[in-house]
Amino acid sequence: MVNSEMKKRWICLFVENEIGVLARVSGLFSSKSYNIDTITVGTTEDTTISRMTISFTSDDKTFEQIKKQFNRSVEVIKVVDYTDIPIHMKEILFIRVNHCSEKDKKEIFRIAKIFDISIVDYNYSSILLECTQTEDRNDALIQLLQEKFLNRIEITRGGVVATEAIGISNR
Amino acid sequence: MKISGAEMFVKALKEEKVDTLFAYPGGQAIDLFNALYGQKDIQVVLPRHEQALVHAADGYARSTGKVGVCLVTSGPGATNLVTGVATANYDSVPLVCFTGQVPTNLIGNDAFQEVDTIGIMRSICKYAVTVRKREDLAKIIKKAFYVAKTGKPGVVVVDIPKDIQLALGDDTYPKEVNIRGYKPNTEVHSGQVKRALTVLKNAKKPVFLIGGGVNIAHANKELTELVELTRVPVITTIMGKGAIDTNHKLYVGNIGIHGCYAANHAISECDVLFSIGTRFNDRITGKIETFASKAKIIHVDIDTAAISRNIVVDIPIVGDAKKAIKALLEKAKPLETSKWINQINEWKKEYPINEGNSDMAPAKIIKAINKIFKGETIITTDVGQNQLWTTQFIELNSKRKLLTSGGLGTMGYGLPAAIGAKIANPKSDVIAIAGDGGMQMNIQEMATAVVNELPITICVLNNGYLGNVRQWQEMFYKKRYSNTCLRYRKGCEIACNNPNNKCPAFTPDFVKLAESYGAKGIRVTKEEEIEKVLKQAKKETKVPTLIEFIIDREVNVLPMVKPGNPLNEITLEFKEGE
Repeated sequence: MVNSEMKKRWICLFVENEIGVLARVSGLFSSKSYNIDTITVGTTEDTTISRMTISFTSDDKTFEQIKKQFNRSVEVIKVVDYTDIPIHMKEILFIRVNHCSEKDKKEIFRIAKIFDISIVDYNYSSILLECTQTEDRNDALIQLLQEKFLNRIEITRGGVVATEAIGISNR
Repeated sequence: MKISGAEMFVKALKEEKVDTLFAYPGGQAIDLFNALYGQKDIQVVLPRHEQALVHAADGYARSTGKVGVCLVTSGPGATNLVTGVATANYDSVPLVCFTGQVPTNLIGNDAFQEVDTIGIMRSICKYAVTVRKREDLAKIIKKAFYVAKTGKPGVVVVDIPKDIQLALGDDTYPKEVNIRGYKPNTEVHSGQVKRALTVLKNAKKPVFLIGGGVNIAHANKELTELVELTRVPVITTIMGKGAIDTNHKLYVGNIGIHGCYAANHAISECDVLFSIGTRFNDRITGKIETFASKAKIIHVDIDTAAISRNIVVDIPIVGDAKKAIKALLEKAKPLETSKWINQINEWKKEYPINEGNSDMAPAKIIKAINKIFKGETIITTDVGQNQLWTTQFIELNSKRKLLTSGGLGTMGYGLPAAIGAKIANPKSDVIAIAGDGGMQMNIQEMATAVVNELPITICVLNNGYLGNVRQWQEMFYKKRYSNTCLRYRKGCEIACNNPNNKCPAFTPDFVKLAESYGAKGIRVTKEEEIEKVLKQAKKETKVPTLIEFIIDREVNVLPMVKPGNPLNEITLEFKEGE
C-alpha cells in the first residue's frame, strides 16, 4: 500500500560522467517541487561513470516516481535505493566555534573526545572541529553544539556518501 | 576519408532514411544548410516560423510513425522550438531536433545568438545533448534517432556548435547503438497478462479505456480483434480516439471532462477497467477519488513511470501496447456482456451529445467533413472549442486519422501539423480545423502551404472569441469576459458581452488574408453552403483552401464535467445562473 508519509530517503545513482547530467538529475527534483537535502558526486573506478549519493525527504508515491523517472533517463545507468538496505554511510562535517573562552575550549575538547571528533585547527578564540560520521549523528552533534554555543558556530556539511555494506551495516 | 561535421550530418540523415527535413536557416546553422544544398534525396521544407516548423515535423511524424526531423539555428531559432518540442514530447511523438550553436570556444561567453539550448530543453524532451567533439558527432546522431523512436517515443535535441560542423573527421556512421543507461523494455510479462485475464474473465461490467499509446503502437487491428473477441465495450481518450472504428457497435465514445454521458457513466459503473496506453491525465479522470471507484484497474503502459502515478492500479502491465494486445488475444475468452452493453446503449440513446440546432452549429460542420471526406483523410485540430467539437463528432476509422495536441494543448498546432501531414501523405486529403484565435498563432504558414502547393483544407470556426476560455468565463466567472473577445476595439465598454455595430466585421478578414497568400478563401455563413464549399476544397489539387465558417458567438462545448466534480456528474445543458 502506498504511504503518503514523508520520510527520509537515500539513493545512489550511477550516471554518465558528462556535462549537464547533474542538472538533469537535480531538475527532476525541482520539477516535482522537492528539495534535495544533500547530494555528493564523484567519479568511479571507471572515469566515464560518476556516482551520486542523494538524500531527500518525500512520500512513498513521489519516491517511486523519482526512481522510475531516473530509471528511464538516458544518462542514468543504475539506480539503487539505499533507504532500507545495509549500507555504510558517512558525511564530513566541519564545525567552527568562535569566541571561545578557556572554559568553552575545555568543554569542546571534552565533547570531541567523547563523540570521536577531531580538532583540526585552533587559535586563541576559535576551534575547528572535523566530524566524519553518519548524517543522523552529525545532525545530533550540530544540535548539541548549537544549544551550547548559540550564534557562535559555523557549519559546513559535505553531504552523504554511502556504499553497500559487505558484512555489517553502519548508518 | 575525412569529411566535415556538416557533411557527416547529411550522411547521417541519409543513413537514417530521412526523406524530409523541416528547417530554418541562421548564422550558426549555415554550414549545415550549405551541406544540404542540392541534395536530391532529402526534401528540405522551409516553414515561416520555428514553432510551426516543429509542429510540421510533428504532423509528419504522427501521420507516418517515422521520426520527424528539424534543423534550426542557435539562440532565437532554438528558443522558438520550445513550444513545439514540449507539444511533441508530451504526446510521445518521435522527433530529432538539430540546433546550431556558437563555436565551442564561445560557449558561455554570452556570444551573439547564444543560449544554453540544452539547459532550456532538458526538462521538456526525452534527451538533449551538445556535441562537444567532432568524433562524437556520428555516434550522437545515431543515438538520437534510436532514443527518439524506441520505448516511449519522444523528442531528442542535438545541439551542434559551429566549429564541430566545420571540423574534419571520420566518415563512418555507426551501424549499431548501445546505451548503457537506456534499455527500453517492450516485452510484456506473461504472468501479469494471465492475472489480468483472470480478473477480466469474472467481470460483469468491463470496459476498455484506450489512450494514444494504442495509436502510436499501430495496434488498431489487434485491438479491434480483441474487442470483438471479448465483447468488451471500448471508451477512448481524445488521443485514443480512432484506435477502433468510431462506428463500431462496441465503441462508446470519449471519456473526460468533455466526454459523453454514456462513456463517463460506464467508467463510473464498471467493475473492471482495462486501460491501455493512457496515463490517466486529470482531463480524463475528473475528481480522482471517485474515478472508476467500483473497478479493479488493469493498466498497460510502456512507461513504468506512468503506472500508479495518478491512480493506483491493481494489475500493471509494462510493455508495448501492440505486444500486450497480441498476448491478450492468445488467451482471452468471450465474455457475457450483453446486459452491460444494453445499459450503455440506453445511456447513449437517452443522453446523446447535444449537437445544437442553429444553422451553423459546429457539429454540422464536423459532420459535413465526415460526409464529404470519405477516402484517406488526416484531420488536424488546433486547441480549444474547435478541438473539442472535432473530437466529439469526427468519425475515425482505418482511413481517417486525427492529429491533435492532447497533452500540452498548444494553440497554433493545427495548420503547421496539417502541412507536415500533407507533405508526408500527398495522396491523403488533409484538413486543418482551427478557431479564429489559434489560426492567428501560426497564420504565416499559409505561405508554406501555398509555396509547397499543398491543397489542404483549412476550416476556421470563427466565433470572434477565444471560445473555450470564454465558455469557462460564462459558466464559472459570471460572464466576466476578460480579454477573450477577438473583436475588441479601443473604446469598447469593459462589461461588453454583446457585439454591436461598432465592432469590426472581421479582424482579420480571413478570406482576403488567404487570398493575399495565394490561397483560396471562402466565407460560409449559411448551412446549405457547408457541404458545397467542402466539396469545392476537396477538388483542389495545388492550392490550399481556407474556409471561414462564421459560427454562433457563444456556443458551448457540452456536455461538461465541472472542475473538481466526479465524471458522472455531468452538465448536459448550461443555463445562465446555474
